[in-house]
Amino acid sequence: MLEIKNLQAGIEDKPILKGIDLSVNAGEVHAIMGPNGSGKSTLASVLAGRDGYDVTGGEVLLQDDDLLDLAPEERAREGVFLAFQYPVEIPGVNSAYFLRSAVNEIRKHRGEEELDAMNFLKAVKAKMKELGLSEDFLKRPVNAGFSGGEKKRNEILQMAMLNPKLAVLDETDSGLDIDALRIVADGVNRLKGLDNAQVVITHYQRLLDYIVPDFVHVLYDGRIIKSGDKTLAHELEEKGYDWLIRDAA
Amino acid sequence: MSSATTNETPPAPVEAFAQVEQAGGPLLPLRKAGLARFAERGYPTTSDEDWRFTSLKPLADLPFLPTLEPLGQALGQADIADITFGQHDVDRLVFIDGHFSSDLSIILEQPDGVTITNLSNRLSGLENEIGSLSANDENPFIALNDAFFTDGALIQIPANGSLAKPVHLVFLSTANEASQATHIRNWIEAGANAQGTIIESHLSLGQAVASTNVVTETRVSAGANLEHIKFQDQSLNAIHLASLHSELSNDARYAFHSFALGARLSRNNLRMRLAKPGIECVLNGLYMTRADQLADHHMIVDHAAPHCDSHEYFNGILDDQSRGVFHGRILVQPVAQKTDAKQTNKNLILSDNATANTKPQLEIYADDVKCTHGATIGEMDDDAIFYLRARGLDTKTARRMLMHGFAGEIVDRIQHDGVREELDQLVWNRLEGEHHLD
Repeated sequence: MLEIKNLQAGIEDKPILKGIDLSVNAGEVHAIMGPNGSGKSTLASVLAGRDGYDVTGGEVLLQDDDLLDLAPEERAREGVFLAFQYPVEIPGVNSAYFLRSAVNEIRKHRGEEELDAMNFLKAVKAKMKELGLSEDFLKRPVNAGFSGGEKKRNEILQMAMLNPKLAVLDETDSGLDIDALRIVADGVNRLKGLDNAQVVITHYQRLLDYIVPDFVHVLYDGRIIKSGDKTLAHELEEKGYDWLIRDAA
Repeated sequence: MSSATTNETPPAPVEAFAQVEQAGGPLLPLRKAGLARFAERGYPTTSDEDWRFTSLKPLADLPFLPTLEPLGQALGQADIADITFGQHDVDRLVFIDGHFSSDLSIILEQPDGVTITNLSNRLSGLENEIGSLSANDENPFIALNDAFFTDGALIQIPANGSLAKPVHLVFLSTANEASQATHIRNWIEAGANAQGTIIESHLSLGQAVASTNVVTETRVSAGANLEHIKFQDQSLNAIHLASLHSELSNDARYAFHSFALGARLSRNNLRMRLAKPGIECVLNGLYMTRADQLADHHMIVDHAAPHCDSHEYFNGILDDQSRGVFHGRILVQPVAQKTDAKQTNKNLILSDNATANTKPQLEIYADDVKCTHGATIGEMDDDAIFYLRARGLDTKTARRMLMHGFAGEIVDRIQHDGVREELDQLVWNRLEGEHHLD
């Protein structure tokens, strides 16, 4: 599904990612953990194609297509979804209008028929019910005035509607209380299938109680310094990162 | 004030006054006083703080001849069939160059006690009303208007009454001489608990270049609810000067929406007096300018009683070398405890040569109040564009969506469904057609 080979990237000559190798197969959930400043969010941004990051080496393949050659919207249409750490408030743009436009762009790209307003509403309301979101969500402008938890749930709703092949969740758990965390995790778990994959970036082990990863990777100073199964996350919870950092040094 | 302008008060309007004087009428004292005030004051200059960003130089060089007689252009229903809001089910008063056209106006049956007519038809009895709300304003254009107004709308809704349908005031300018000026006067009155929707359109026929100077006085009585939508879409050669004076009473609700899309130079002076408790006043505006247009909104909201809310929301989309000006002053007097006042002005700049001048001002003399203000001037938000692109929308669509949303924030506050929907579509079409979206 996703093949990252020796990826190097930075901002304005400052290297942040210093050679990342990661292979994610369909049906898998990978967690990427690491202390602050290790490059976790940079990795998410580079995968989604955010401006301002220079890729200086390596490659990223999504089902054999070179992802780094594509514009952000092309990546999204190919099935990459980034759940933002800080979802952007867009006053004045109605959530339903925005989401239907996005869904239809992606359907168009896949050669599927676009959803009319009625069918879209039917589909989105069903998803909202699953996520425990109230219907007034749709009438509000995108993220504008939303609480932290609402913003994150909105990301999960978008993800559910866009049905990506590869979902990258960038610290989706930050700022969530335990109930919101459960809802978010539940949304991710519902999406999980044999033909898609998820990369969950998190600082804390807490989220991984609800989204059980197949693999856990520790990112430090722009490199993956340790990979393991879910027990690694528990080990990190108990012992912190220092022991790994010492070993890596 | 610069002495140069005071000394050079154009003589032409003064001469034209002979004709006004000859016509006489119950408002002659008001007219005389207006003329005297204007002669004393002259045009404002940019050294007046209230006119700092808006130079009237092009106008001060003109004779500003009032169109005291109709200009003779015969218009039929077909000429105005396509105007904005022309297809709505409304009562309509049409004025051409400040003169009432009964042929083009449509007034169907309204409930008992409702008056919808042209002001010059009913002047007697209003001698002490007209000018009473604008009297303390030093704006020389009010003085000129007092002296020279030809006509305008009179709308009176009795206590507990409501308009059967919205009233659409259509002010058409056909005058093709830059030296001509149309002076329009409106008086709007909503009795206790009355309700209504009023649409006020200022349009030009073709590329009419004349100046419009409109003064509107609005009295909203206790518990009344009035929605007032002003749509200024005059030719890009025209000059539009407007002054709105509203006096609101206990628990009244007044929403004024200003859409400033046309005219080379437009200026809206908005003066709200909140002298009774429980008032909710909303001033909501959108200006979209291009070429060398200038759109200026200048408002003073005077909180002179406790427990009133006032909200000002103005968004501007500025292209080419155009300029947007926002000057919002909220005055909270010592007595006005529990005031909730908010003002925001946001400007979206689409060109390197466009300018926004913004001056939000709070002046607070009470200690138990909630007042906020804020202003932004900027280009489109890159983070927002990336967010939309990350969901599959291309850059052009993302920019269109953001711009539409930016204008939509203002349009969405219109309560009247039909008006809101038509304006939404109109704004959208303009943005698509006129602005750089790539």
